[in-house]
Amino acid sequence: MNIFVLLKRTFDTEEKITIAKGAINEEGAEFIINPYDEYAVEEAIQLRDNHGGEVTVVTVGNEEAEKQLRTALAMGADKAVLINTEDDLESGDQFTTAKILAEYLKDKEADIILAGNVAIDSGSGQVGPRVADLLDIPYVTTITNLEISGETVTVVRDVEGDSETIETKLPVLVTAQQGLNEPRYPSLPGIMKAKKKPLEELELDDLDLDEDDVEAKTKVVEIFLPPTKEAGRVLEGELDAQVKELVNLLHKEAKVI
Amino acid sequence: MEKTKRIIAGGHYLVSEAEPEAIFCPEDFTDEHKMIAKTARQFVEKEVQPHREAIEDQDFERVVALLRQAGSLGLLAHSVPEQYGGLGLDKISKILVGEIVGGGTSGYGVAQSNHTCIATLPITYFGTKEQKEKYLPKLASGEFLGAYCLTEPLAGSDALAAKTTAYLNNEGTHYVLNGTKIFITNAVFSDTFIVYAKIDGEKFTAFIVEKDFPGLSLGPEEKKMGIKGSSTRSVIMEDCLVPVENVLGDIGKGHVIALNVLNLGRFNLGAACMGGAKEALKFAVEYTNEREQFGKSIAEFGASKEKVAKMASRIYAAESLQYRVASLLEDVLGDLDDCEDRRLVGSRLMQYAMECAICKVYGSETLDQVVDESLQLHGGSGFIKEYPIEQAYRDSRINRIFEGTNEINRLLITGNFFKKTAKGELPGKEAIENAVKQLQAGATEKLDGPLAKEREAIASIRNTFLAAAGAVYEVYGTALENEQETVMKLSEIAIELFAAESAVLRSVKQINKNGTEKERAKELLAKMVVEQSILKVQALSQELIGGLETENQVILGIASLIKRELAKYSVENRVKRIREVAAMVNEAKQYTC
Repeated sequence: MNIFVLLKRTFDTEEKITIAKGAINEEGAEFIINPYDEYAVEEAIQLRDNHGGEVTVVTVGNEEAEKQLRTALAMGADKAVLINTEDDLESGDQFTTAKILAEYLKDKEADIILAGNVAIDSGSGQVGPRVADLLDIPYVTTITNLEISGETVTVVRDVEGDSETIETKLPVLVTAQQGLNEPRYPSLPGIMKAKKKPLEELELDDLDLDEDDVEAKTKVVEIFLPPTKEAGRVLEGELDAQVKELVNLLHKEAKVI
Repeated sequence: MEKTKRIIAGGHYLVSEAEPEAIFCPEDFTDEHKMIAKTARQFVEKEVQPHREAIEDQDFERVVALLRQAGSLGLLAHSVPEQYGGLGLDKISKILVGEIVGGGTSGYGVAQSNHTCIATLPITYFGTKEQKEKYLPKLASGEFLGAYCLTEPLAGSDALAAKTTAYLNNEGTHYVLNGTKIFITNAVFSDTFIVYAKIDGEKFTAFIVEKDFPGLSLGPEEKKMGIKGSSTRSVIMEDCLVPVENVLGDIGKGHVIALNVLNLGRFNLGAACMGGAKEALKFAVEYTNEREQFGKSIAEFGASKEKVAKMASRIYAAESLQYRVASLLEDVLGDLDDCEDRRLVGSRLMQYAMECAICKVYGSETLDQVVDESLQLHGGSGFIKEYPIEQAYRDSRINRIFEGTNEINRLLITGNFFKKTAKGELPGKEAIENAVKQLQAGATEKLDGPLAKEREAIASIRNTFLAAAGAVYEVYGTALENEQETVMKLSEIAIELFAAESAVLRSVKQINKNGTEKERAKELLAKMVVEQSILKVQALSQELIGGLETENQVILGIASLIKRELAKYSVENRVKRIREVAAMVNEAKQYTC
C-alpha cells in the first residue's frame, strides 16, 4: 500500500504565544508535529504494518521542519519529503500549501493520504480537503476509525460528538480526529535508524511550479492576541439584593439580557 | 559525533583552568540527544508516573512490566554495544536517560539505573566474547534483569573485606560459592547477579551468577525508608554452583571491576539526583504559586524567592558539571566497545574517578537540599503523603549513602589528587608552588569579558585548594590518610571548585555565543553559584588551616595568604539577583536557565 501523510510543524501546545512586530514570536519556542498529524502518522504506520507497503511523510515548510520529519521517521515512517519554500515564498496560505502538495502527489499513485483534521496553529482544516479536491479523489474528515479491506474503506467520522460511518473506495484522503489511535513515541532504536532513512528535499522548481502558481489567495491583515480576561467580581450583601444586582449587571453592563 | 582524541587527565581541573569552548554543555545536545530525552520523558509521564502508588506499594510485577517496556523502547540498551544487541550510544545519551527516568520516577528509576549501570556494565567492560554474547542482548532488551552484589554484613565501605568464598570443585567444572550479600537492589526479580567472592578465601573475584544456579536464595524484602519501588533483599549463597566459564574478568582482579564500574554508577547517580532535584523544584514552584497566605501567593514572598533561586542555582551547577563529565567520559570510553584489554579498560574507567565521585556527591547533596527546601515550602502539606514531595524527601536520603558513601567519595577525591601527583599524572607539585607564588604576589590575573569577576574567583578558589593541599601535605605527608577531618575539607573545596567552574564556563560559553541579553539567566545563575562557593570556601579554608596542628611559620603564612585572597570577594546585589532568578523560575513554572 502506498501511504502518504501530510504533516505540519507547529508550536508546542505548551508554548505561550507572544506577538512581536506584527508577527507571532517564534524565537526560543519549541516546535512539534501538529498533534492531529501525529494521529495520521500513527495510523499510517499501523496500515503499513497490517497491509504492507510504505509510508512517506511530506511537509511544506523550511529547513527547521526536518526535525519533525525525523521524528516521524523515528516513529516508523519509511521516507520523508521536505518541500522547502523558504527561498521561494515570503508567505502562503492554505491554497498555497494544498497546491504544492497536490502537485507533488499527482504522479505518486497514492492509495491513501492521511492528514490531521486541523493544525493547532492557524486552525483552518482546509489543506487536506483541498489536496483531495485538486487530486480529484474522495475525502473524509475528522475520522475516528479506519478499516480497509481490499479497495473498500470503512470510516467512522466524528460529527460534533456523534459518529457517522461512511464507506468509500481507495484512493482516498482522510483527516484524523483525536481518538483515532494513541500515537507511539519513538523508541531509541527508532531514533537511531531515522538518521539513515531517506529525507528528500525539494523546491518549487522541482515540481515545475512558479511563485505565481501558488500565490496566496488571502492576506493576513492583522494579528492580535485575545483580550486578557479581567478579574471577576464578587457580589456582596443579602441574597435578594445580590440577585437583583446580577440581573441589573447582565442587562446594563454585559447587555446579554 | 566527532570525537576529540586528546584525553584530559582526570583531576586536571585542580591544577589548571579549562577553556569555555572545551567543555560540553547541555546546549550542545544534538537532535538525537533531544529526541532521546523526549522519549524518556514520555515514558516517564505516560507509563511510569500513572503507577506511582502501585510502585510505592512494591507491586514488583508492575515494576518488571515497566522495565520490559523500557527495554522495548531501547531505554535499557543505550550503553550496550551494537554488536551485542544494544545501541552503543554515547555517555551523554546515557545520562540523559538517567536524569529523566531517575529523576522523574525515583524508586522505579533506581531499579532501571541499577540494571543498566552496575548490573550490566561489568559484563560490557570485562566480559569475554562468549559472556557478552550470552548475556548482553538479554540485558539490553530487558528479557534479563540484573543485580550487583558487593555489600556484605561485615563489608560495606570496606568492600574488599568480603567474606564470601569460592572454591573450585573436584571436577574443576564449577566454583562453589558461600556467603551472604546484603542490601541488593532488584534482587527479587533479577535473572543475573554480579557476585564478588574470594577464591580460596583470598583472591577477590567477580562471578556472573544466574538466579537458577543451585544454592542461590533470597532473604525477605527489606522495609525501607524510601525508593520502595526497587526491591532490596539479601542474596544468600549456600554451596552455590557457578560454572567456571562464569568467572568475570581475571581471577584475583575483582576489585578492578567492583571499583571501576562504581565510577560509572556514581556518574549516573549524579544525573538521576540532578533530575530528581529539577522535579522537586517543580513541585515547590507549582505549590507556592497556588497556595495563598496573607492575601497573595506564597511564591511572592522574599523568603520563598530566596529558596527557589538557591535551588535553581544549585541545580544549574549540578547540571553543568554532570554533562561536562559525560563528555570527558565519552572521550575515554567511547572506543572501548569491543576492547579485550582489561588493563586498558580498567585504567580508562579509573581516569575520571574524581569527577565521577563529584557527580555523586554534588548531585546527591543537591537533591537532598532541594527536597528539604521544597518540602519546607509545602508547609504542613509537605508532610502529607498525598503530595509527591513527601515521597521525594524520603527517596532522596539513600543517595548520599549507596554507591559509596559521600564520605568515602570525598576521601577518594583528595586521595586521588595526591596519588596522581605522586605518579606524575598531574603536575600537582608545580601547580602548588605556582599557586603559592600567585597568592604571595597578591594579584591574580585581572580578567575581562563575561563573568570576569567570577572567573577570577574560580582562579582564587583553585589557588586556595592548591596552597591548602601543599600545606596539608607539608604537615602530614603520607600520614594524611589518618587525617580525615582535614581531607574532607580539602575535598569539599575541590568539589566547590569543579561545580563553580563548570557553571561559569558553561555560562561564558553561552554568553560568547548568544550575548548577555539572551543568556541573562545563565549569567545570574553562575553569579549565584560562585557567590555561594566563595562563602563556603572561605569557611572551609579557615576550618582546614585552623585545624592543622602546627607552629610552622611557612604554613601559617600560607594560611594568611589564603585568607587575604578570599577576602577580596564580597557579596554584592544579592537580593536583587535572587529576585530576578526566582521570577524566571516562577514564570517557567520549573527549573530554567
